[in-house]
Amino acid sequence: MKVLSKKNFLKLAALLLLYAVVQILINTRIINPFYEITLALICINIILAVSLNLVTGFTGQFSLGHAGFMSIGAYVGAIINMQMNSTAGFLAGLFAGALAAAMVGIIIGIPTLRLKGDYLAIATLGMAEIIRVVFLNMEITNGAAGLNGIPRFTNWTWLFIFTAAAVILINNFIRSSQGRACISIREDEIAAESMGINTTKHKVMAFAIGAFFAGTAGALYSSYFYFIKPGLFGFLKSIDILVIVVLGGMGSITGSVIAAVLLALLTTFLQSFTEIRMILYAALLVIIMIFRPKGIMGTKEITDMFTFTFGKKDKRIQ
Amino acid sequence: MVNGISLGSIYALIALGYTMVYGIIKLINFAHGDVYMIGAYIGFAATTYVNLGFFPALIVSMVSSAALGVIIERVAYKPLRGSTRIAVLITAIGMSLLLEYVMMFFVGAEVRSYPKLLSNTNYHLGNIVINMQQIYIIFTAIALMILLQFIVHKTKTGKAMRAVSIDRDAAQLMGIKIDNTISFTFAIGSAFAGAAGVLVGIYYNSIDPLMGIMPGLKAFIAAVFGGIGNIPGAMIGGVAIGMMETLVSGYGNSMYRDAVVFAFLIIILILKPSGLLGKNIREKV
Repeated sequence: MKVLSKKNFLKLAALLLLYAVVQILINTRIINPFYEITLALICINIILAVSLNLVTGFTGQFSLGHAGFMSIGAYVGAIINMQMNSTAGFLAGLFAGALAAAMVGIIIGIPTLRLKGDYLAIATLGMAEIIRVVFLNMEITNGAAGLNGIPRFTNWTWLFIFTAAAVILINNFIRSSQGRACISIREDEIAAESMGINTTKHKVMAFAIGAFFAGTAGALYSSYFYFIKPGLFGFLKSIDILVIVVLGGMGSITGSVIAAVLLALLTTFLQSFTEIRMILYAALLVIIMIFRPKGIMGTKEITDMFTFTFGKKDKRIQ
Repeated sequence: MVNGISLGSIYALIALGYTMVYGIIKLINFAHGDVYMIGAYIGFAATTYVNLGFFPALIVSMVSSAALGVIIERVAYKPLRGSTRIAVLITAIGMSLLLEYVMMFFVGAEVRSYPKLLSNTNYHLGNIVINMQQIYIIFTAIALMILLQFIVHKTKTGKAMRAVSIDRDAAQLMGIKIDNTISFTFAIGSAFAGAAGVLVGIYYNSIDPLMGIMPGLKAFIAAVFGGIGNIPGAMIGGVAIGMMETLVSGYGNSMYRDAVVFAFLIIILILKPSGLLGKNIREKV
């Protein structure tokens, strides 16, 4: 497979076009600062949802602790960024945050990923709570009051770069042999194991990659909104991310992206009615599960629907 | 110490609901903690607006929580009987959020203070100080648990419940009405949660729409610790978690209380996932 194939060029061109269009809209003030926040939320939610989808949708490991990883990224990023107030400091903080989240993901993943289904969900939930309580009690994180005055370096360019990178990297990971191993674990763990797949290794791998990108999203978040506190990354945040993944379809990256955009818009329009928003969220979860448990996209990707327009039929095994 | 036991018996009451529902349909009923919250509100309404005493309020709250539990089961879980466990689990989380925010919408997010129903007199038994509220809490909890043991082991419905939890298909073949039995389980579990809600309201003196999350999770931990699906296990687990929490806040830092309980959960899940009194079930291909 060539890196510079026609298809990849098309994808790159589409991405650049999207970037340019939004940048022009921002410059011409059609997207005003208020909607810019929505845009940032969309990007951060896309990263979070896609990374959780890798763990829950593709590898089939139900995790309720994604906000915990996000908070690690946010705090590490913010602390480094406050020490080194420059773009280099921002990037260093971001990568340090993402790596720290991935490390914690590995440390927590090795023991807990032996658990299955609901037990794993509860264990990851507990883990996120532990992370939150630790941040609540640490000196450097300023306890419950949180960190304030984090320098802002996140702008549309960085958001776009990291969102695109997250989506493309996770997409490529799923298409790789490692990713296929992860999907086989979702389908049938025992069968996968008997085919010689090291299930623990692949589960931890997916978990760590998911944590890495969640950490990235957290660092972007802290740098965009100036302010973080442990309360922001509680159980509800994990549920928020889960709603996006479930609505979009577990096992569909494009589904997650679409759902992230939809829900961020919904959040913006219902900003002043938090309770109604949460009622809608919850009702949405129950209704989707009863009437369309696959979510919007099921396990399909948007490219599956358009393959015929690109001429050749796609021969990849789904 | 006495604090720990009274807190623990409340956890045990909630944990019983978890463990019964899990035993029968293998579902962690996340909405259970919120049934408990609503039970507390119903108790609050019954005592404040209708001026009922402690026991009538407890019974009103138990009956309405039982009804609520059955409604939740019928609306949200029954259509999903055949689907994957993750799907049901997500529905349960959704249901829990729905209850929380619908309550918040109607009663407001602010914390309300519970009326004083029981006197606060302290009694001294040697070195132990115990007050009237704690005595009521512990005895109500024990009475309810004895009642539950009686229902499960001596009545026909209890027998049906046990049969369904062992083998659902076989139970159905023997003429047991599965749906009714499951609804009945939800009713009993929710009634206990409602009772726990009233007891907590009295104990802590305050209620709010999000009060169900933490005790709900801790009661679940208690159920796991005792061996999920096992009724005496849930009682022991509840008391153990309550004691542990009280000891951590007494001797250590109360801020770490929740973290310690969750760390404990992860340790149990890793070392002995079947719990203290649980049966070991071997995985079959």
